[in-house]
Amino acid sequence: MTTYLRPRDLDEGLHARAEHADWTVLAGGTDLLVNANHRAAPVGMIDLWRLADLCFVRVEKTSVAIGAGTTWTEVERHPAIRAKLAPLALAAREIGALQIQARGTLGGNVGTSSPVGDSLPALLALDAELEVASVRGHRRVPYREWCTGYRTTHLAADELIIAAHVPVPDATTRTSWRKVGTRRAQSISKVMGAAAITLDGDVVVSARVALGAIANRPIRITAVEDAVRGQRLGVAGDAARAALRGAIQPIDDVRSTATYRREVAENLVARFFSVS
Amino acid sequence: MNVTLELNGETREVEVTPWKRLLDVLREDLRLTGTKEGCGEGECGACTVILDGEAVNSCLVAIGQCHGRQLTTVEGLAHGEVLHAVQRALVACGGAQCGICTPGIAMCASHVVDRGLLAGADDVTARAKVRELLAGNICRCTGYQLIVDAIIVAAREVTR
Amino acid sequence: MERPSATGLAVGLAPVGASVPRVDGFAKVTGRALYLDDLDAPGAWHGATVRSTIAHGVLEAIDLDPAFDWSQVVVATAADITGNNFANFIRLIEDDQVALVPIGGRVMHVDEAIALVSAPTRQLAFIAAKHVKPRIKALPAVFDIESALAANQKLFGADNIFKQFLIRKGHVSDAELEAVFAGAARVIEGTYQTSPQEQMYIETQAMMARWDGEVCRIVGSMQCPYYVHKAMKAFLDCDADEVVISQSVTGGGFGGKEEYPSMLAAHVAVLAKKTGRAVKMVYDRDEDIAATTKRHPCRTHHRLAVDASGEILAIDADVVMDGGAYLTLSPVVLSRGVLHAAGPYRSPVVRIRGRVVATNHPPHGAFRGFGAPQTTFAYERQIQKLALALGEDALAIRKRLAVRAGDTTATGQLLGISVGTDEVIGAIEQVAGKPPVRDGHGPSGAPVRRGRGVVFYFHGAGFTGAGEQRLAGRAAVAVTADGGFEVRSSSTDIGQGAITMFSQIAAGALGVDPAAIVVVDPSTAQVPDSGPTVASRTCMVVGGVVEKAALAVRAKLEAWAAAHDVRGSIGEVARAYAVKHGELVEIVAYEPPPGIAWDDSTYTGAAYPVFGWAACLVDVEVDLDTYEVAITRCVQAIDVGKAINPSIVKGQIEGGTLQALGWAVLENVVYKDGKVANANMTNCIVPTFADAPDLETILIEVPYPYGPSGAKGVGEIPMDGPAAAVANAVEDALGCAFDELPISPEVVAASKPRWRKS
Repeated sequence: MTTYLRPRDLDEGLHARAEHADWTVLAGGTDLLVNANHRAAPVGMIDLWRLADLCFVRVEKTSVAIGAGTTWTEVERHPAIRAKLAPLALAAREIGALQIQARGTLGGNVGTSSPVGDSLPALLALDAELEVASVRGHRRVPYREWCTGYRTTHLAADELIIAAHVPVPDATTRTSWRKVGTRRAQSISKVMGAAAITLDGDVVVSARVALGAIANRPIRITAVEDAVRGQRLGVAGDAARAALRGAIQPIDDVRSTATYRREVAENLVARFFSVS
Repeated sequence: MNVTLELNGETREVEVTPWKRLLDVLREDLRLTGTKEGCGEGECGACTVILDGEAVNSCLVAIGQCHGRQLTTVEGLAHGEVLHAVQRALVACGGAQCGICTPGIAMCASHVVDRGLLAGADDVTARAKVRELLAGNICRCTGYQLIVDAIIVAAREVTR
Repeated sequence: MERPSATGLAVGLAPVGASVPRVDGFAKVTGRALYLDDLDAPGAWHGATVRSTIAHGVLEAIDLDPAFDWSQVVVATAADITGNNFANFIRLIEDDQVALVPIGGRVMHVDEAIALVSAPTRQLAFIAAKHVKPRIKALPAVFDIESALAANQKLFGADNIFKQFLIRKGHVSDAELEAVFAGAARVIEGTYQTSPQEQMYIETQAMMARWDGEVCRIVGSMQCPYYVHKAMKAFLDCDADEVVISQSVTGGGFGGKEEYPSMLAAHVAVLAKKTGRAVKMVYDRDEDIAATTKRHPCRTHHRLAVDASGEILAIDADVVMDGGAYLTLSPVVLSRGVLHAAGPYRSPVVRIRGRVVATNHPPHGAFRGFGAPQTTFAYERQIQKLALALGEDALAIRKRLAVRAGDTTATGQLLGISVGTDEVIGAIEQVAGKPPVRDGHGPSGAPVRRGRGVVFYFHGAGFTGAGEQRLAGRAAVAVTADGGFEVRSSSTDIGQGAITMFSQIAAGALGVDPAAIVVVDPSTAQVPDSGPTVASRTCMVVGGVVEKAALAVRAKLEAWAAAHDVRGSIGEVARAYAVKHGELVEIVAYEPPPGIAWDDSTYTGAAYPVFGWAACLVDVEVDLDTYEVAITRCVQAIDVGKAINPSIVKGQIEGGTLQALGWAVLENVVYKDGKVANANMTNCIVPTFADAPDLETILIEVPYPYGPSGAKGVGEIPMDGPAAAVANAVEDALGCAFDELPISPEVVAASKPRWRKS
């Protein structure tokens, strides 16, 4: 039978994690429990659901710290996140539907870091930093360096994800987000895009552009970011579209085609840099 | 593992492996078969229950996680033979056809109505909100129209 | 009326035509309704199926993993079948499908059943099934219509053609037909492809069997208890009373539980015999999508010859369907497809050819509409192309060309009664309003293009041709020994409201409250064979029989009351009768309306006793960034003869409409090397609440005198038309044709070079 542990605090969780590398760590379970009745049970489970040390949203001077245990319902409803980190709130609203949003957590999404993880392009565009911890101590990793491949990350075997620290874009930065799924809700993404664009009037000073479901992991598109710098909105859209063309290699799968993904990714990116 | 939870207002204990899905514990160990399985992957919402005040898919919750928590299933939605406003409206409006998705829809809709998630919205907005909030519950029979009608009726009744 | 109504029906209101709440509503909203998997079955074991991973081959051996602990598992193979291991289970045509592939037998599709396992828990059964390894020697497989027709690999007969039809009207030879086309002022021609579609009932296939001495008792989720009964008599090689089939509350069917449940019944019967226990089998969602039947993919080539004044001179359609690996229902699906292929339009000359071919896909089967949605898509695209070519309004052209009473169909059927053409088109005209503004911005801020499409279509109600006569479906109304009223029929309630509808019809005929009627659970032990629950026949045909039986009961009771000077309501008379004489049962068999003649050899005459008629309007909005088609408005006006229960009829129409809209833009079954590549609910998607527009439904009642209170079929018709309406609307928005389903964002994106320049 599976051994069950619900840590009282982070410290107990970290010790358990250090001792039992083969135990499954879970929070809401929306990924790990899929078809669980037909798969072998893990030897042990560390249940982080509602662990108080991971369930917080702290609005700080220039950033917002979101605990790994925060659910998408909480993200979507949080007034500061809605106001300051719009792409993340919008992404939260389109993760699965009500039931999944109530259980799915930020920590789960970044822990799995699936290429179709709905919050991930937003975290990239907002230049979030992850805080992870082990009994060895805490460290921070920029999210753009987090993923190492298809559903693999820099999380060490003894570490837990603590929080995402998300810088609040300043007043000259406009943000965008769009998910294109297989249907209008409760869907897996075919293409996702997020952007944070810093403007001087209508000239792009700098930009962060991220795409999901386009590569084996969520990615920043630096070719686009470079191409739009110094361009006026509108013209920048064309430049972004052109720059994106050579920068991505999407694939065909059961949900969509490479051609479609490429074309829609271009449209989304161009739209982010359009005038209105 | 011994799991104690508050189920439909009563304290219940079960001896189960903690990885077992809440859905299976409800149906097999507790013989509460009102909660249905439609897919086992969190897509259809037929297994929706209210756990600690939130509508969740019971196929995606491990029973170990439910120790000490509050759970309402469709068996606890009506008070005896007195139906919840949502259940009443579903019957009156013809919102249940084959009925296999109905318990899940009743649970999700009762959450939406009881939490006042439609409060203050005009009819058009409320209908759009219902469509977004219920998107995790698939019904293949109705085309959703009569279910949306029912939830709007129930929301109005509860607000009054 | 007897007393204040428990159904909420106002006292004194006639039961027929009232939106009485469903009889089963309370049980369903409280979760108390017991579906198969909810049935308490102490000691029952669970069954699972071992399936082929290869599309075509020869089964050489079945190996059991020696490392697995088999002590708690029972394995069954074809060798355990004591009766006949064949089953075109409904046995309409031939016996070509086996319940389990025998050693040395041919595997015809991926996910075909090879062996069965049973274990005390479902989990163990599913795990054990993975440790049974069939050894299959692969043969070249056939996955498309062209290769099937080339017949290099023979799957069925010499030519791989399961069935073909030829219908001719107004000509005798191909040369004569071609002469009409050669002389036409205009020819509209196109090829139309429609995709396979998954029924996606939310309750997966489920069945349980136990042996009671020599009697096999089977209960499960199904549409047609007597189909299963017939199949099991053959499979077990037993007498009619040695197998009893009962329906449990069924969580949707849509055709998917028409023939397939016989497969599960055979499997649980074998396992129950071998284990000596009750055995329950409930399919996993992934397994259900992968292994069970879907809507036939179809390709239709369609030509219209038109004269200088825009009148149709000739219609020529060539319909080819992919039947999959076994015959199953393909011939009858094709039949309905070809019989609808010319559409409800006047034409002196019609040729329709139809073929359904064998491939190594899992068998395609029944799904709401049953071949008609496929050919409706073709003819309504054609009429739209003609409208565009002539510069004529989309509704006006349909009004001008549509059949009416006095016209004949493709099979030469003279339309006389209950032709709702003008009523349904008129209803759409009335509510249509202005078409949407073409260019604009959508909710996301992205630019959109909008368009409107309309269609006009029909659907033959009841079985094709002489089917109803041959079947002579029976139903009974009884006064029970305790003086209550019962309806006894094998028509199942699969969510469509049959129980409530029957209770209303019987109550109306008897003059009692619907709450006074008990519709007994369909079990072959206690109801006569009313025929299957298919073909939009439950209300029109079986409901008509129930009405007659109820009227006969009432007449007998009234005569008895008069003779014995008994006074009181009909309910009181019934109770008095029962005290004296016990049960009173009137069994009535279906009789076709007069003047119905059908020639099966030439496919001419009255294909259906009557048609339902419909018109549909769809507005769409195409997102120019994502190429997604959003359906922003959908209106259906459908002539149902008489709505016995308007709320239930509306629910039927709206459910069918959304299945059609889903088929049009987002549903699909993707095959890869014969295997369903999207066999889970995440990827085999159906519309959610958020994908559905508010559906507008207009009920039109042009009564059919031979249906109960004028009612005719309604279950299938809403599925036929909307997909073409969507295609017409997208064409209107973008200025180019869409002749294949689904009109997915990927397809719309690829069409961009063909868009109208704005």
